[in-house]
Amino acid sequence: MSCKKEAKTPVASTNTKETVSGNKKNYDNLPFEVYDYDGLAPLINKEDDKIHVVNFWATWCAPCIKELPYFEQIGDTYKKHNLELLLVSLDFPRKYESKLVPFLEKHDLKSTVVALDDVDQNRWIPAIDSTWSGALPATIIYKNGKRKFYERSFTYEELETEIKEFIN
Amino acid sequence: MKTLKLFVALLVLVGTTAFTADKGGYKVGDIATDFELENIDGKMVSLSDYKDAKGFIVIFTCNTCPYAVAYEDRIIELDKKYADKGYPVIAIMPNNTDVKPGDKMEAMQARAKAKGFTFPYLMDKGQKIYPQYGATKTPHVYVLERTKRGNEVKYIGAIDDNYQDASMVNTKYVEEAVDALLDGKEVPTTETRAVGCSIKV
Repeated sequence: MSCKKEAKTPVASTNTKETVSGNKKNYDNLPFEVYDYDGLAPLINKEDDKIHVVNFWATWCAPCIKELPYFEQIGDTYKKHNLELLLVSLDFPRKYESKLVPFLEKHDLKSTVVALDDVDQNRWIPAIDSTWSGALPATIIYKNGKRKFYERSFTYEELETEIKEFIN
Repeated sequence: MKTLKLFVALLVLVGTTAFTADKGGYKVGDIATDFELENIDGKMVSLSDYKDAKGFIVIFTCNTCPYAVAYEDRIIELDKKYADKGYPVIAIMPNNTDVKPGDKMEAMQARAKAKGFTFPYLMDKGQKIYPQYGATKTPHVYVLERTKRGNEVKYIGAIDDNYQDASMVNTKYVEEAVDALLDGKEVPTTETRAVGCSIKV
Protein backbone atom coordinates (compact mmCIF):
# COMPACT_ATOMS: atom_id res chain seq x y z
CA MET A 1 0.00 0.00 0.00
CA SER A 2 1.34 3.38 -0.94
CA CYS A 3 1.45 6.02 1.66
CA LYS A 4 2.04 8.78 -0.81
CA LYS A 5 -1.54 9.12 -1.82
CA GLU A 6 -3.00 12.37 -0.79
CA ALA A 7 -5.37 12.14 2.07
CA LYS A 8 -8.92 12.35 0.94
CA THR A 9 -10.71 15.53 1.73
CA PRO A 10 -12.80 14.79 4.77
CA VAL A 11 -16.44 14.57 3.89
CA ALA A 12 -18.56 16.90 5.95
CA SER A 13 -20.58 14.88 8.35
CA THR A 14 -24.25 14.84 7.57
CA ASN A 15 -24.91 13.39 10.96
CA THR A 16 -26.87 15.98 12.88
CA LYS A 17 -26.65 14.07 16.12
CA GLU A 18 -24.53 15.47 18.87
CA THR A 19 -20.90 14.60 18.63
CA VAL A 20 -19.49 12.62 21.47
CA SER A 21 -15.89 12.80 22.57
CA GLY A 22 -15.89 9.44 24.35
CA ASN A 23 -16.20 6.03 22.87
CA LYS A 24 -19.13 4.81 20.94
CA LYS A 25 -19.08 1.09 20.54
CA ASN A 26 -19.62 -0.55 17.22
CA TYR A 27 -22.55 -2.85 16.99
CA ASP A 28 -24.28 -3.55 13.71
CA ASN A 29 -27.91 -2.72 13.11
CA LEU A 30 -28.96 -1.81 16.60
CA PRO A 31 -31.68 0.83 16.88
CA PHE A 32 -29.78 2.56 19.71
CA GLU A 33 -26.28 3.77 20.42
CA VAL A 34 -23.97 1.85 22.73
CA TYR A 35 -21.44 3.76 24.81
CA ASP A 36 -18.78 3.17 27.38
CA TYR A 37 -18.78 5.53 30.37
CA ASP A 38 -16.63 8.16 28.67
CA GLY A 39 -19.08 8.17 25.80
CA LEU A 40 -22.07 8.42 28.11
CA ALA A 41 -20.69 11.12 30.40
CA PRO A 42 -21.36 14.08 28.05
CA LEU A 43 -24.94 12.88 27.61
CA ILE A 44 -25.64 13.02 31.33
CA ASN A 45 -23.81 16.26 32.08
CA LYS A 46 -25.32 18.79 29.71
CA GLU A 47 -25.60 22.47 30.50
CA ASP A 48 -28.32 23.63 28.16
CA ASP A 49 -31.02 25.04 30.46
CA LYS A 50 -33.14 21.92 29.95
CA ILE A 51 -34.36 19.58 32.64
CA HIS A 52 -32.75 16.21 32.04
CA VAL A 53 -34.13 13.00 33.42
CA VAL A 54 -31.75 10.05 33.07
CA ASN A 55 -33.09 6.65 34.05
CA PHE A 56 -30.80 3.63 34.39
CA TRP A 57 -32.76 0.46 33.69
CA ALA A 58 -32.65 -2.99 32.13
CA THR A 59 -35.23 -5.30 30.59
CA TRP A 60 -34.51 -7.88 33.31
CA CYS A 61 -35.18 -5.39 36.12
CA ALA A 62 -38.85 -5.74 37.11
CA PRO A 63 -39.16 -2.48 39.08
CA CYS A 64 -37.52 -0.68 36.16
CA ILE A 65 -40.09 -2.00 33.71
CA LYS A 66 -42.86 -1.06 36.08
CA GLU A 67 -41.78 2.58 36.26
CA LEU A 68 -40.85 3.01 32.58
CA PRO A 69 -44.37 4.12 31.55
CA TYR A 70 -44.24 6.84 34.22
CA PHE A 71 -41.00 8.14 32.76
CA GLU A 72 -42.44 8.06 29.27
CA GLN A 73 -45.49 9.91 30.49
CA ILE A 74 -43.37 12.53 32.28
CA GLY A 75 -41.30 12.97 29.14
CA ASP A 76 -44.45 13.63 27.17
CA THR A 77 -46.25 15.83 29.69
CA TYR A 78 -43.25 18.01 30.48
CA LYS A 79 -41.83 18.35 26.99
CA LYS A 80 -43.23 21.88 26.97
CA HIS A 81 -41.16 22.63 30.05
CA ASN A 82 -38.02 21.73 28.14
CA LEU A 83 -37.63 18.31 29.72
CA GLU A 84 -35.50 15.68 28.03
CA LEU A 85 -35.59 12.04 28.94
CA LEU A 86 -32.76 9.59 28.42
CA LEU A 87 -33.16 5.88 29.12
CA VAL A 88 -29.81 4.19 29.72
CA SER A 89 -30.09 0.42 29.39
CA LEU A 90 -27.73 -1.79 31.38
CA ASP A 91 -28.80 -4.94 29.61
CA PHE A 92 -26.04 -7.44 28.97
CA PRO A 93 -24.56 -6.80 25.49
CA ARG A 94 -25.21 -10.39 24.49
CA LYS A 95 -28.90 -9.75 25.20
CA TYR A 96 -29.19 -6.62 23.05
CA GLU A 97 -30.63 -8.46 20.10
CA SER A 98 -32.61 -11.12 21.92
CA LYS A 99 -34.11 -8.97 24.69
CA LEU A 100 -33.58 -5.24 24.37
CA VAL A 101 -34.45 -4.78 20.69
CA PRO A 102 -37.69 -6.80 20.92
CA PHE A 103 -38.61 -4.93 24.10
CA LEU A 104 -38.15 -1.56 22.42
CA GLU A 105 -40.15 -2.69 19.41
CA LYS A 106 -42.96 -4.08 21.51
CA HIS A 107 -43.31 -1.06 23.76
CA ASP A 108 -42.60 1.55 21.12
CA LEU A 109 -40.76 3.81 23.57
CA LYS A 110 -40.83 7.49 22.64
CA SER A 111 -37.80 8.43 24.69
CA THR A 112 -34.20 8.27 23.59
CA VAL A 113 -32.64 4.94 24.53
CA VAL A 114 -28.92 4.27 24.73
CA ALA A 115 -27.05 1.32 26.16
CA LEU A 116 -24.09 1.50 28.52
CA ASP A 117 -21.55 -1.26 27.98
CA ASP A 118 -18.67 -0.73 30.38
CA VAL A 119 -17.50 -3.48 32.71
CA ASP A 120 -15.43 -1.16 34.90
CA GLN A 121 -18.38 -0.52 37.18
CA ASN A 122 -16.23 0.34 40.15
CA ARG A 123 -15.10 3.38 38.18
CA TRP A 124 -18.32 4.64 36.63
CA ILE A 125 -20.87 3.90 39.38
CA PRO A 126 -19.25 6.30 41.88
CA ALA A 127 -18.52 8.72 39.00
CA ILE A 128 -22.23 8.92 38.22
CA ASP A 129 -23.05 9.44 41.89
CA SER A 130 -20.99 8.96 45.02
CA THR A 131 -23.97 7.49 46.87
CA TRP A 132 -24.99 4.93 44.24
CA SER A 133 -24.45 1.37 45.43
CA GLY A 134 -25.14 0.07 41.93
CA ALA A 135 -28.70 -1.17 42.41
CA LEU A 136 -31.24 -0.64 39.64
CA PRO A 137 -33.36 1.28 38.97
CA ALA A 138 -31.55 4.57 39.46
CA THR A 139 -32.38 8.04 38.20
CA ILE A 140 -30.68 11.39 37.79
CA ILE A 141 -32.63 14.61 37.42
CA TYR A 142 -30.56 17.67 36.60
CA LYS A 143 -30.71 21.12 35.11
CA ASN A 144 -27.44 22.93 34.56
CA GLY A 145 -25.70 22.83 37.96
CA LYS A 146 -28.63 21.50 39.98
CA ARG A 147 -28.57 17.75 40.24
CA LYS A 148 -30.33 15.04 42.25
CA PHE A 149 -29.69 11.31 42.26
CA TYR A 150 -32.18 8.62 43.27
CA GLU A 151 -31.42 4.95 43.92
CA ARG A 152 -35.08 3.95 44.10
CA SER A 153 -38.28 3.32 42.14
CA PHE A 154 -40.86 5.96 41.34
CA THR A 155 -44.59 6.19 40.94
CA TYR A 156 -45.83 8.80 38.48
CA GLU A 157 -46.79 11.16 41.30
CA GLU A 158 -43.46 10.78 43.06
CA LEU A 159 -41.58 11.45 39.87
CA GLU A 160 -43.74 14.47 39.06
CA THR A 161 -43.10 15.90 42.54
CA GLU A 162 -39.37 15.70 41.91
CA ILE A 163 -39.67 17.20 38.42
CA LYS A 164 -41.62 20.15 39.75
CA GLU A 165 -38.68 21.06 41.94
CA PHE A 166 -36.71 21.69 38.76
CA ILE A 167 -39.34 23.85 37.10
CA ASN A 168 -39.26 27.51 37.94
CA MET B 1 -54.66 -12.77 67.93
CA LYS B 2 -55.63 -10.61 64.99
CA THR B 3 -54.56 -7.50 66.86
CA LEU B 4 -51.26 -9.12 67.69
CA LYS B 5 -50.67 -10.04 64.06
CA LEU B 6 -51.47 -6.52 62.98
CA PHE B 7 -49.15 -5.16 65.62
CA VAL B 8 -46.33 -7.40 64.47
CA ALA B 9 -46.98 -6.44 60.85
CA LEU B 10 -46.85 -2.78 61.81
CA LEU B 11 -43.63 -3.29 63.71
CA VAL B 12 -42.06 -5.00 60.70
CA LEU B 13 -43.29 -2.19 58.46
CA VAL B 14 -41.87 0.50 60.72
CA GLY B 15 -38.67 -1.48 60.97
CA THR B 16 -38.16 -1.82 57.21
CA THR B 17 -39.11 1.79 56.54
CA ALA B 18 -36.56 2.93 59.07
CA PHE B 19 -33.89 0.77 57.46
CA THR B 20 -34.73 1.98 53.98
CA ALA B 21 -34.57 5.59 55.06
CA ASP B 22 -31.22 5.04 56.72
CA LYS B 23 -29.01 3.59 54.03
CA GLY B 24 -26.43 2.91 56.69
CA GLY B 25 -25.47 -0.70 57.03
CA TYR B 26 -21.95 -1.81 57.81
CA LYS B 27 -18.76 -0.03 57.00
CA VAL B 28 -15.40 -1.73 56.85
CA GLY B 29 -14.26 -2.28 60.43
CA ASP B 30 -17.76 -2.79 61.84
CA ILE B 31 -18.73 -6.01 63.59
CA ALA B 32 -21.30 -7.94 61.57
CA THR B 33 -24.25 -9.57 63.23
CA ASP B 34 -24.60 -13.31 63.38
CA PHE B 35 -27.94 -14.81 62.37
CA GLU B 36 -29.93 -17.98 62.43
CA LEU B 37 -31.43 -18.58 59.00
CA GLU B 38 -32.98 -21.58 57.32
CA ASN B 39 -30.84 -23.38 54.78
CA ILE B 40 -32.16 -25.19 51.70
CA ASP B 41 -31.82 -28.49 53.61
CA GLY B 42 -34.22 -27.24 56.30
CA LYS B 43 -31.51 -26.82 58.95
CA MET B 44 -30.82 -23.53 60.65
CA VAL B 45 -27.39 -22.02 60.01
CA SER B 46 -25.43 -19.47 62.04
CA LEU B 47 -21.91 -18.17 61.61
CA SER B 48 -21.17 -19.43 65.13
CA ASP B 49 -21.76 -23.01 63.87
CA TYR B 50 -18.46 -22.77 62.02
CA LYS B 51 -16.10 -23.46 64.89
CA ASP B 52 -12.94 -23.56 62.77
CA ALA B 53 -13.68 -20.71 60.40
CA LYS B 54 -11.23 -17.82 60.23
CA GLY B 55 -13.88 -15.73 58.57
CA PHE B 56 -16.65 -15.79 56.00
CA ILE B 57 -17.54 -14.75 52.50
CA VAL B 58 -21.15 -13.66 53.01
CA ILE B 59 -22.90 -13.15 49.67
CA PHE B 60 -26.40 -11.76 49.28
CA THR B 61 -27.62 -13.39 46.10
CA CYS B 62 -30.71 -14.88 44.51
CA ASN B 63 -32.09 -16.99 41.68
CA THR B 64 -33.83 -14.28 39.73
CA CYS B 65 -31.22 -11.60 39.13
CA PRO B 66 -29.18 -11.96 35.92
CA TYR B 67 -26.15 -10.43 37.62
CA ALA B 68 -26.39 -12.94 40.44
CA VAL B 69 -26.81 -15.77 37.96
CA ALA B 70 -23.80 -14.52 35.99
CA TYR B 71 -21.74 -14.95 39.15
CA GLU B 72 -23.04 -18.35 40.29
CA ASP B 73 -20.12 -20.34 38.93
CA ARG B 74 -17.64 -17.88 40.38
CA ILE B 75 -19.36 -18.09 43.78
CA ILE B 76 -19.02 -21.88 43.69
CA GLU B 77 -15.33 -21.49 42.81
CA LEU B 78 -14.83 -19.11 45.73
CA ASP B 79 -16.25 -21.67 48.14
CA LYS B 80 -14.19 -24.50 46.67
CA LYS B 81 -11.05 -22.42 46.93
CA TYR B 82 -11.54 -20.87 50.35
CA ALA B 83 -13.81 -23.09 52.48
CA ASP B 84 -10.92 -25.40 53.32
CA LYS B 85 -8.70 -22.43 54.07
CA GLY B 86 -11.18 -21.21 56.67
CA TYR B 87 -13.29 -18.79 54.64
CA PRO B 88 -16.49 -20.57 53.58
CA VAL B 89 -19.11 -18.92 51.38
CA ILE B 90 -22.43 -18.23 53.11
CA ALA B 91 -25.09 -17.27 50.55
CA ILE B 92 -28.19 -15.42 51.74
CA MET B 93 -31.28 -14.82 49.59
CA PRO B 94 -32.70 -11.45 50.72
CA ASN B 95 -35.69 -10.90 48.42
CA ASN B 96 -39.35 -10.84 49.41
CA THR B 97 -40.60 -14.04 47.79
CA ASP B 98 -44.11 -12.64 47.40
CA VAL B 99 -42.60 -10.15 44.96
CA LYS B 100 -40.16 -12.67 43.49
CA PRO B 101 -41.76 -16.13 43.57
CA GLY B 102 -38.74 -17.39 41.64
CA ASP B 103 -36.74 -16.97 44.84
CA LYS B 104 -38.97 -19.14 47.03
CA MET B 105 -37.37 -21.86 49.13
CA GLU B 106 -38.34 -24.59 46.64
CA ALA B 107 -36.80 -22.56 43.81
CA MET B 108 -33.66 -21.96 45.87
CA GLN B 109 -33.41 -25.70 46.52
CA ALA B 110 -33.83 -26.47 42.83
CA ARG B 111 -31.24 -23.91 41.79
CA ALA B 112 -28.71 -25.09 44.38
CA LYS B 113 -29.18 -28.67 43.26
CA ALA B 114 -28.92 -27.86 39.57
CA LYS B 115 -25.75 -25.83 40.02
CA GLY B 116 -24.27 -28.04 42.73
CA PHE B 117 -23.90 -25.36 45.39
CA THR B 118 -21.27 -26.45 47.89
CA PHE B 119 -22.27 -23.81 50.44
CA PRO B 120 -25.36 -22.96 52.47
CA TYR B 121 -28.01 -20.97 50.63
CA LEU B 122 -30.08 -19.30 53.32
CA MET B 123 -33.44 -17.58 53.26
CA ASP B 124 -33.47 -14.16 54.94
CA LYS B 125 -36.94 -14.87 56.23
CA GLY B 126 -38.66 -11.69 57.31
CA GLN B 127 -35.85 -9.74 55.59
CA LYS B 128 -34.22 -8.81 58.88
CA ILE B 129 -30.57 -9.54 58.14
CA TYR B 130 -29.79 -7.79 54.86
CA PRO B 131 -30.80 -4.31 56.16
CA GLN B 132 -28.41 -4.70 59.09
CA TYR B 133 -25.58 -5.46 56.67
CA GLY B 134 -26.71 -2.65 54.41
CA ALA B 135 -26.97 -4.85 51.35
CA THR B 136 -28.87 -3.08 48.58
CA LYS B 137 -28.61 -5.49 45.71
CA THR B 138 -27.75 -8.95 44.50
CA PRO B 139 -25.00 -9.98 44.34
CA HIS B 140 -23.49 -8.03 47.24
CA VAL B 141 -20.50 -9.44 49.09
CA TYR B 142 -19.25 -8.98 52.66
CA VAL B 143 -15.95 -10.56 53.61
CA LEU B 144 -15.77 -11.00 57.37
CA GLU B 145 -12.79 -11.87 59.54
CA ARG B 146 -13.37 -13.62 62.82
CA THR B 147 -11.71 -11.57 65.54
CA LYS B 148 -11.98 -11.43 69.32
CA ARG B 149 -14.51 -8.63 68.96
CA GLY B 150 -16.65 -10.65 66.57
CA ASN B 151 -16.90 -11.00 62.80
CA GLU B 152 -15.27 -7.85 61.49
CA VAL B 153 -16.23 -6.50 58.07
CA LYS B 154 -13.11 -6.39 55.91
CA TYR B 155 -14.49 -5.96 52.41
CA ILE B 156 -17.80 -4.85 50.88
CA GLY B 157 -18.76 -4.94 47.24
CA ALA B 158 -18.33 -6.91 44.05
CA ILE B 159 -16.78 -10.31 43.45
CA ASP B 160 -14.56 -9.04 40.64
CA ASP B 161 -14.40 -6.35 37.99
CA ASN B 162 -16.09 -8.04 35.05
CA TYR B 163 -19.67 -9.25 35.42
CA GLN B 164 -19.92 -10.10 31.74
CA ASP B 165 -17.04 -12.46 31.30
CA ALA B 166 -15.14 -14.35 33.98
CA SER B 167 -12.22 -14.86 31.61
CA MET B 168 -11.78 -11.10 31.13
CA VAL B 169 -11.51 -10.26 34.83
CA ASN B 170 -8.59 -8.04 35.79
CA THR B 171 -9.06 -7.83 39.55
CA LYS B 172 -10.66 -10.51 41.72
CA TYR B 173 -11.59 -8.26 44.62
CA VAL B 174 -12.91 -10.96 46.96
CA GLU B 175 -9.98 -13.31 46.33
CA GLU B 176 -7.54 -10.46 46.90
CA ALA B 177 -9.26 -9.61 50.16
CA VAL B 178 -9.32 -13.19 51.48
CA ASP B 179 -5.75 -13.88 50.34
CA ALA B 180 -4.60 -10.77 52.19
CA LEU B 181 -6.44 -11.83 55.35
CA LEU B 182 -4.96 -15.34 55.15
CA ASP B 183 -1.50 -13.74 54.85
CA GLY B 184 -2.19 -11.39 57.75
CA LYS B 185 -1.97 -8.39 55.44
CA GLU B 186 -4.16 -5.38 54.84
CA VAL B 187 -6.98 -5.88 52.36
CA PRO B 188 -5.86 -3.92 49.27
CA THR B 189 -9.31 -2.79 48.11
CA THR B 190 -11.89 -2.61 50.88
CA GLU B 191 -14.91 -1.36 48.96
CA THR B 192 -16.12 -1.60 45.37
CA ARG B 193 -19.32 -0.84 43.51
CA ALA B 194 -21.13 -2.98 40.99
CA VAL B 195 -24.47 -3.02 39.29
CA GLY B 196 -26.98 -5.44 40.72
CA CYS B 197 -30.69 -6.04 41.11
CA SER B 198 -32.25 -4.04 43.92
CA ILE B 199 -33.34 -6.25 46.80
CA LYS B 200 -37.10 -6.75 46.49
CA VAL B 201 -39.06 -5.61 49.54
